[in-house]
Amino acid sequence: MKYLPLVSAGLFRRKTRTILTLASVVIAFLLFGLLQAVGTAFESGADSADARRLVTTARYSIIEPLPIAYARRIEQVPGVVAVAYADWFGAKYQNESNAFAVFAVDPARYLAMYPEFTVTAAHRDAFIAARTGALAGRRLVERYGWRIGQKLPISSEIHPQMDGSMAWEFDLVGIIDAEDPAIRGNTDVVLINVKYFDEARRFGKGRTGWYIERVADRAQARTVAADIDRLFANSPDETKTQPEKEFALGFAKQIGDIGALVTRILVAVFFTILILTGNTMGQSLRERIPELAILKTVGFSDGKVTALVLAEAVVLLLLGGALGMAVATGIMPFVNGSMGGRFPPLFVDAETWLRAAAIVLALALAVGIPPALRARRLRIVDALAGHR
Amino acid sequence: MRALRAISRITLINLLTLPQRVGTSLVVVIGIAGVVGVLVSVLAMGEGFRHTLASTGRNDRVIMLRSGSDSEVTSGVPREQAALLAGLPGIARDAGGRPLVSAEVVVMVDLPRRGQTHPNNVPFRGVQPAAFAIRDEVRIVEGRRFERGVREVIVGRKASQQFEGLGVGSRIAFRDTDWTVVGVFETGGDVHESEVWADAEVAVSAYRRQGYQSLTATLADASDSGLAAFREVVARDRRFAISVLREPEYYAKQAKVLSWLIGVLGYTVAAFMAIGATFGALNCMYTAIASRQVEIATLRAIGFGGLPVVVSVMTEALLLALIGGMVGGALAYVYCDGASLSTLNFNTFSQVGFAFRVTPGLLARGLAWALVIGVAGGLLPALRAARLPVTVALRTL
Repeated sequence: MKYLPLVSAGLFRRKTRTILTLASVVIAFLLFGLLQAVGTAFESGADSADARRLVTTARYSIIEPLPIAYARRIEQVPGVVAVAYADWFGAKYQNESNAFAVFAVDPARYLAMYPEFTVTAAHRDAFIAARTGALAGRRLVERYGWRIGQKLPISSEIHPQMDGSMAWEFDLVGIIDAEDPAIRGNTDVVLINVKYFDEARRFGKGRTGWYIERVADRAQARTVAADIDRLFANSPDETKTQPEKEFALGFAKQIGDIGALVTRILVAVFFTILILTGNTMGQSLRERIPELAILKTVGFSDGKVTALVLAEAVVLLLLGGALGMAVATGIMPFVNGSMGGRFPPLFVDAETWLRAAAIVLALALAVGIPPALRARRLRIVDALAGHR
Repeated sequence: MRALRAISRITLINLLTLPQRVGTSLVVVIGIAGVVGVLVSVLAMGEGFRHTLASTGRNDRVIMLRSGSDSEVTSGVPREQAALLAGLPGIARDAGGRPLVSAEVVVMVDLPRRGQTHPNNVPFRGVQPAAFAIRDEVRIVEGRRFERGVREVIVGRKASQQFEGLGVGSRIAFRDTDWTVVGVFETGGDVHESEVWADAEVAVSAYRRQGYQSLTATLADASDSGLAAFREVVARDRRFAISVLREPEYYAKQAKVLSWLIGVLGYTVAAFMAIGATFGALNCMYTAIASRQVEIATLRAIGFGGLPVVVSVMTEALLLALIGGMVGGALAYVYCDGASLSTLNFNTFSQVGFAFRVTPGLLARGLAWALVIGVAGGLLPALRAARLPVTVALRTL
């Protein structure tokens, strides 16, 4: 600690240069934080997945519906403790397609399946009791300024009512939310009652989009999944059951090449930073050779001088990295605000911070070690003689 | 005249001594090359996506969906309605008098990407025979067309490149039995190249549908008034509620979210990188000048003015930026141009393939950014060099 003034004196010997280097490091980590947050948002479904939940979809494509009657049969499979199901409504709100997701669900089963959603007991009961009731995610309620008790006029792009009309209306009876920001993205949804929906729709009666099962023991998840699929093998509606995490990851994977591209961008950014900062450190060392020689003359050991030079690199990158990440974390609420809720909530999670720390360390070593070694090898006589 | 000569002399000396400062100069070049390379590639991705969309659909063709549905995936047109629509006046007819209309089903088939195992939603389109006459851009480049009434498919060029097991002769298993891939087709790079096509009737029965999802037709009169007249006919008929869209309009709508996302991603990344690189360039130019402080002061002591110094430093910065910009553009061109990628289109819930397009316009934009960074990074150091009092500068000697 007592050497800190010496490190900072070395760093701020040329203020402009250090500040500029610092600024480019800050920018790089700000970009890192933002892009990672987008990646986290895409994969948050997988992170918040429960190892004891399975998802069953039609075998060949998740957009094919399955019979609602499967619920009873899945319940009989040993190891399954709860079953819920949901159907995709295909919402159009204020003339915007897929403004948000609407799932037609069995209220009691669905809410019991997702204990991580927070719903007050009153809202839960109201949703279970009301045929035309709906629950909406808090972010949606805030975005559209909805009030509990009001009617929600939502059209479906897929399901006409019996009279052929695509316009539907539900009563907003409650709000769902989640404590964890990674889960909050999953609450950007309106839940409606499948009993009412299935009765009132003209086509596709008696079918639902997908099933969610809870197993008693997570170690059995795969066996139970295979048992469920075997139950419906060779039937007209074959199924594919997988752990929730795999299901969610499958979605993230579909983003595919764009994710890989973002990684490549970040590599390019950090490579550029490495070159820039490395050059600055090298230059700064060359200019200070006589000073370092003097330090050695007054009794600083080779090791201490090496450590001093290395410490400069570490402090510079640590400062830049921390600032960049702090800014990225700090502006998230504004970014989320400007997206108008079109995107799952972005946030910088602990893992991103850890990764940033690892990158700081790696960069600091890559940038700091060459000049540090040069400083170590410096011979006092040569260094003092080489004074400009 | 003398001033001009002074400027050119100093600039020349400056440039001639560049090789002695190769390390610092290289850093500027690499930094700017990195920025321009990334900028050009992200914009080339957006450009490729736009190109794929812009080349999809023609103005004389319309797509008919159930009104209220914005995409084929969510639409539904029962068989009897499809037959009625096909008979409407306003739809062009072929030499044999048959209407140029194709009722189609679109479903998804799960296929893994090459070398991976995770399934992706690849669009599977059942088309009627007229589809090939309507979309005359379809060319079979390998194998043959599917036979009617048989479980055979042809696959788009991009789909066959991106996904596993779509070569001619291979079999894909879905919906009860195997389907044989009998051909590969191209459509000039539009979205249909990411699709798998089969006979509509076979697809309808395999998926146990009661009808189709959309109709694509060629208009007899493609003018705005022709379209308006056709819409009028469709709207007046009480037996169905169908919306009619020109193809380009429909496909542009389909890509709204993804276009927006790619645009935001591209410009955010590019803007941040440019700011970062400006700091880097500033730094390097300051360093370059610091190392030449005495030299510059000497020049000024023997009578050269501030202007030649500023011009010479700026020239150096711009030259380095230009080289960096060219290197970056070249890298983007070599590594990205034509490379194909595929991602999930949120509007259609299916995979869409497209290719990076590094156009001359993008390369020019990359160079322009490089020069802007060069100016931003060179100006302050140049002014500083010109302003620093000679006595102060020489004292460091």
